[in-house]
Order: sequence, then C-alpha cells, then structure tokens
Amino acid sequence: MNTVTLYCIVGIFLFALALYALIAYDHLLRKILALNIMGSGIFLMLVAVAHRPPNNPSDPVPHAMVLTGIVVAVSATALALTLACRIHELDENTQHTHGKTE
Amino acid sequence: MIHKIHHSSARFTFANGILSVLIIVLSAFLIWALKSLPAVSPNLRQQVLGKIEFSGVTNPVTAVLLNFRAYDTLLEIGILLLVVVGAWSFSKAPSNHPKQKFNPVLSAMVRILVPLMILIAGYTLWVGGHAPGGAFQAGAILGAAGVFWFVADSSTGNPKASWVFKLLLVAGFSVFLCIAFLVMSAENNFIQYPSDWAGSLILCIEAAAALSIGATLAALFLGGRPRN
Repeated sequence: MNTVTLYCIVGIFLFALALYALIAYDHLLRKILALNIMGSGIFLMLVAVAHRPPNNPSDPVPHAMVLTGIVVAVSATALALTLACRIHELDENTQHTHGKTE
Repeated sequence: MIHKIHHSSARFTFANGILSVLIIVLSAFLIWALKSLPAVSPNLRQQVLGKIEFSGVTNPVTAVLLNFRAYDTLLEIGILLLVVVGAWSFSKAPSNHPKQKFNPVLSAMVRILVPLMILIAGYTLWVGGHAPGGAFQAGAILGAAGVFWFVADSSTGNPKASWVFKLLLVAGFSVFLCIAFLVMSAENNFIQYPSDWAGSLILCIEAAAALSIGATLAALFLGGRPRN
C-alpha cells in the first residue's frame, strides 16, 4: 500500500464516520461538526488522488479546488452555527411563552 | 444546549445498527471504486503548463484559480459575501461580557502580532505568483489577525460595522466583477485577461480578494451583525 492509497482510505473512513454521526445524532452542533469532518475527508481524498503515482508532480486543478473549498467550508460552517444559535434562541422563547419544560 | 449532547450520545438502537451496516457497505464500495482508478491520474498538469505562459503567473495553482477557472473563484468569493449577508441578517452579535477587564498583556501582544501578521499576509499574497501562496492563504492569515484583534480588544467595546469594514467585505467580489467585465472592452470574453496585462490584473484581484476573505472570516467570528 502506498501513501496515496493510505490517505484515500483515511479520507473514506472519515467520510463514513461523519456520515453516521450526521444521521444518527439529532443535536445540531454534532451535525455541523459531522458535515465538517465529511468535508475534510473529501479534501484529503482529492489532494491524495491528484498525486498519482506518488513520484509524479501533482495535478494543480484539484489542489486549486480544495484551496477554495476549505475557505468556503469554513464560512458555510459559520453560517450554519449562526442559524443553529438562532434556532436555539427561538426555541427558548417559545418554551418561555408556553411554559413548557423539557 | 450543552446538556442535550450528553443525552443524545451512547444510544445504539436497531435503526442505528442498520445505518452502520449501510455505511460500511458504502465505504467498501468507495474503496473498491478507489482500487479501480487508473494507476496514473489523467493529469491536467500538462494542459495547465502548456498554457501557463499566457496566464500571467508561474505558479500552476494560482494560474488555475485566477485565470483558467477564474469563474469558479469569482462565484466562491460571491458565496463568502452571501454568507456574511446571511449571518448578519439572522442575528445580532452577542454583546461582550461586561465583567471582562482590560488585559495589558493581550493588548501588547496584539500591537506586535497584528502588524506582523499583515506583513506575512502581504508576503503570502505576493509569493502566490510563483510559489505556493495566494489570496486564500493571505485571507486566512488576515482573518486570524482580525479574530485576534477582536478577542484582545473586546474589553474596549464591541466592533462597529463601519463603512470601511463594509467596503472591505465587498471589495474582493466587486473588484473581481469589474475586471471581469472591463476585459470585455478589449474584445475578449468574460474574465479572459489580455496576456500582457494578466499578471497585474491577477495581483489586483488577489489583493482585493485577500482583504475581503480576511474581513469575512473576522466578521463571521463575531457571530452576527455588529451592534452600532
């Protein structure tokens, strides 16, 4: 097994682990973290796949995509966190007005 | 919000069992797909290097980002702007804790580190033309500098959404869009730079994009619209 295959398998493992967490857990924060880890797995795989065979110079096109992808993923996470906070805030308000407890 | 995390963990139901089996099957399929890939990737490097002399830069990744696939990058910078607009319209930034005291060590560190980080970001931006570096890396460093500044400066008050800050947020997308349309006046297609001007146009776009990316990341750290 060469390093490229190892990186790809680690990427797939991270993707699978995060996909399980995304579906199995209902807490929003966990879902956001899971999406992030899924993205990281995909980035790891894309970077590794661009480097086949390992002694060849790497393909710049997937590398450019990963580079922008990371920044977009960070900002999408920030937007998701803002939404999650807003949902939490609204949930608290309705619980207060209706006098419900968990 | 925190206590729910503990409640939702460590439950292994029948449905979760089926889910894990399905995901193991999916992973096995993905690994099989990986094995069936050709040993040598259909590398686009030769095509990129064949045209790189017209791109205005010598780093292949920057050539792809800002020239050959510049349309993708334009839209990605647009996404960053949309994210800030979205985050600002959902909520106001939480106000700082009133008990937070002025911290002289943090304040002194900021005065040394933030200028240094701006310098490093400028170098990273410039080096992107011929070596690994460029707008996104420089933007990430600027964003980190902004976060550091907000953290250290939080004792003196909440950051304001001044017009300078708003201008920084839109600079990248607007400069990129203007140049993309302006090159059409030289009888080119949309974002097809004239090859003698390509280097300087890319540097202009990258400088504006790095400022915007930095401002965006720092603005998102605030967690909503700044209170004025």
